[in-house]
Amino acid sequence: MKRDLQIPTLRPRDWSTQPAYVYPPYKSTVKRGPTQPLVPVKRALEQLAAPVYGHGAVGPLDHDLTRNAVKNGEPLGERIVVSGRVIDEDGRPVRDALIEIWQANAAGRYAHKVDQHPAPLDPNFLGAGRCLTDKQGRYTFVTIKPGAYPWGNGAGWRPNHIHFSLFGNYFASRLVTQMYFPGDPLLPIDPIYNSAPAGARGRLVSRYVPLASDPDFALGYEFDVVLRGAQQTPMENRE
Amino acid sequence: MKYGQTPSQTVGPYFAYGLTPEQYGYPFRAACGPVLAEARTPGEPIVLTGRVYDGDGKPVDDAMIEILHADTRRKYLFGRCGTGADRECTFRFETVKPASTGPRSAPHIDVIVMMRGMLSHAFTRVYFDDEQEANARDEVLADVPAERRGTLIARREELPGGMVYRFDIRMQGRDETVFFDL
Ligand SMILES: [Fe+2]
Repeated sequence: MKRDLQIPTLRPRDWSTQPAYVYPPYKSTVKRGPTQPLVPVKRALEQLAAPVYGHGAVGPLDHDLTRNAVKNGEPLGERIVVSGRVIDEDGRPVRDALIEIWQANAAGRYAHKVDQHPAPLDPNFLGAGRCLTDKQGRYTFVTIKPGAYPWGNGAGWRPNHIHFSLFGNYFASRLVTQMYFPGDPLLPIDPIYNSAPAGARGRLVSRYVPLASDPDFALGYEFDVVLRGAQQTPMENRE
Repeated sequence: MKYGQTPSQTVGPYFAYGLTPEQYGYPFRAACGPVLAEARTPGEPIVLTGRVYDGDGKPVDDAMIEILHADTRRKYLFGRCGTGADRECTFRFETVKPASTGPRSAPHIDVIVMMRGMLSHAFTRVYFDDEQEANARDEVLADVPAERRGTLIARREELPGGMVYRFDIRMQGRDETVFFDL
């Protein structure tokens, strides 16, 4: 778990792949996105290591949203397995990355007190999970396919999505994003999805890949995440 | 460089039961929370508290703040707090006063700000108003235009319960908080 303290310089946040802070089609950005230019920082800040999470931070059922909140049965909806790799820009695996996810249930309702969408809650589904990546940067979640929901930004509905929060090895490689599903008819008209530059937004869409091990158990989706990486290969023990 | 960075997307309004579940009273164990210091953490216990204001000057009730800083052993402490768990829309961290991490570095706390309505998170930094000499030597603060440095300085208030530093974050307007290109 101990990370190398000789941290090399990170590649910068690539704004050609990131949404702008103020993006008027997503109305709430207009009053919430910073408007002043960002102030450049010296190297010291980008060398900051991310907080380290031990495996004690993750419980045995935390990655399985179909089991981690059951009360009296199984959650309703299509079972899916979402798996993938967390890598840096050179394709190196990001190990021990903490991934946290949250999502709506199959009916498109969040188990959040503020969500007023009149779709049913599922007593056996909370919709929150977490895991750590392994040595190859791999992760796996078992969950239910989230439903779409209307969101009050005009007449639109959000496409099906799972929220992802990731901590890689550096404080500066923090990423919060959303995973979408292939072929969703709401994607071309979703302001949040389309806030990502055209050449980059396709990276947010998972791939349908039938499960190799147990194809009748669940539908399989793969979603790889690319975090900011180091400029040079760090000096570290290769295992 | 073979792969492009995955784009950021907003944390949205419903992060609490996944990211700050214990603070908001959801039945899920939290990976981290607003209490960074343990009883044996060396240093002066402090509270860091404040609000996040939008471009209309209204407090934001669905922001999530993450902080990271070094203690006196140069061990890094990390915490996370949402602004929707109390009526005043405050975040409130219990930690210790950070130590300086180098001759050109004043005591500080690194901060990540995200909320519904932000498509990418933003990085800012908390400095302390009782560390003026150290602040004057700080190399990051030196790169901030002088007239905007005040947005990064927390104000010390000695309250009956202990030492509180107040740090408000303004997303827009005349006193827009400085955010870093990190
Ligand atoms: Fe959502």
